[in-house]
Amino acid sequence: MEHTTIGAIIRGDREVFPPYLYEAYQSTRRRAPTLPLIDVPLTISELTGPGPRISAVTPEDADLTRNAGTGGEAIGQRIIVTGRVLDDRGNPVPNTLLEIWQANAAGRYLHKRDQWPGPLDPNFLGMGRCLTNEEGVYRFLTIRPGAYPWKNHPNAWRPAHIHFSVFGPSMLSRLVTQMYFPDDPLHSLDPIMQSIPTEEARKRLIATYDHNVTEPEWALGYRWDIVVRGPYATPFEAEVR
Amino acid sequence: MTKWLLTGSQTVGPFFAPALLREDARRHVLTQSETVGERIRIEGHVFDGDGVPVPDAMVEIWQANAHGRYNHPADQGPAPLDLTFIGFGRSGTDDNGRYWFETIKPGRVAFDKERLQAPHICVTVFSRGLLNHLVTRLYFADESSNADDPILQQYVPAERRATLIAPREQHNGTVVYRFDIILQGAGETAFFNV
Repeated sequence: MEHTTIGAIIRGDREVFPPYLYEAYQSTRRRAPTLPLIDVPLTISELTGPGPRISAVTPEDADLTRNAGTGGEAIGQRIIVTGRVLDDRGNPVPNTLLEIWQANAAGRYLHKRDQWPGPLDPNFLGMGRCLTNEEGVYRFLTIRPGAYPWKNHPNAWRPAHIHFSVFGPSMLSRLVTQMYFPDDPLHSLDPIMQSIPTEEARKRLIATYDHNVTEPEWALGYRWDIVVRGPYATPFEAEVR
Repeated sequence: MTKWLLTGSQTVGPFFAPALLREDARRHVLTQSETVGERIRIEGHVFDGDGVPVPDAMVEIWQANAHGRYNHPADQGPAPLDLTFIGFGRSGTDDNGRYWFETIKPGRVAFDKERLQAPHICVTVFSRGLLNHLVTRLYFADESSNADDPILQQYVPAERRATLIAPREQHNGTVVYRFDIILQGAGETAFFNV
């Protein structure tokens, strides 16, 4: 079996990951590093990472339509978002923490810095979390988020999206990203989504409508798999240069 | 073996705090009362390219326990586990761009079969305007083993090493290591391609 051992430098993400400086997304201009990232060998520090114990997840956390705890239900198109977390060899990543956040159906976040005049929904916090099961499967029940305006450029609107934070098996697999919905005309106008360098990689961020996930008389179903870097390193067997 | 296309990174954006920094998701204090090791506080700011504090960043840390063992199945080293210590921390930055942790000083972990690394803490930074998170390391200024650390000495250019070394201070009996993270410009932190 092929292993990446400690001491090897693995890279090759440049077709998938955005550049730090992406002029069209204005906030990158004063926050992107200007010096080259330093290539370092992978050590046990990078090949380990926090496991599922960092959060006490309850089943209610995965139901964003009700987890505001008000007794009421969030307003909006009820959707199921499910999929698998896989490593880049297609192996499921079990028992890993996913945290999500999103705008409400009107495109408004429950956040002091979101002040545009979209209505708030008292029954929607817009946050959830769950652990993947043994097959790497996660599942959230939520409402479809709305698009919302932002101040990046004149008449700028973010396409509807759900933010995902994923840990995976090690520091190498840590990922924060956004899931988009199919057939949204705002995709091509959105500098954040377009910062992903290739069409193929951008498609990875778009969920698929899946009628098999849709539940009759209840909720529309979307499927979205997340692929993170895998844990192939074999610690303590390294031949270091 | 065919490699699957990875899912790309996107910014954490400005609105992550209610989810990622809710009371039971943030983790400033890594220790419990029984945790073995020297108690330390880590404190610093995140600055942008204009030297302005970044008030909407998130800093995560990952570290070994005081014996030099990670709480993770991939670490099969001889050092003992400390079951009271996970080694993960998560802090937002406040309006002044400041983050903080209370933890223990980690022990040395292996670099390869022969060599050890100097004690260090893995640091990850997220914020609006960062399309990918940034990865760096905190080293401790009072550690003589820094002089033999393979990453620091063989990979980090000499002129950038100082950005990774946190000075030790004492404040009212608390040991504080100060670690400012400069995203861009003069004194830019050395970030790793991890």
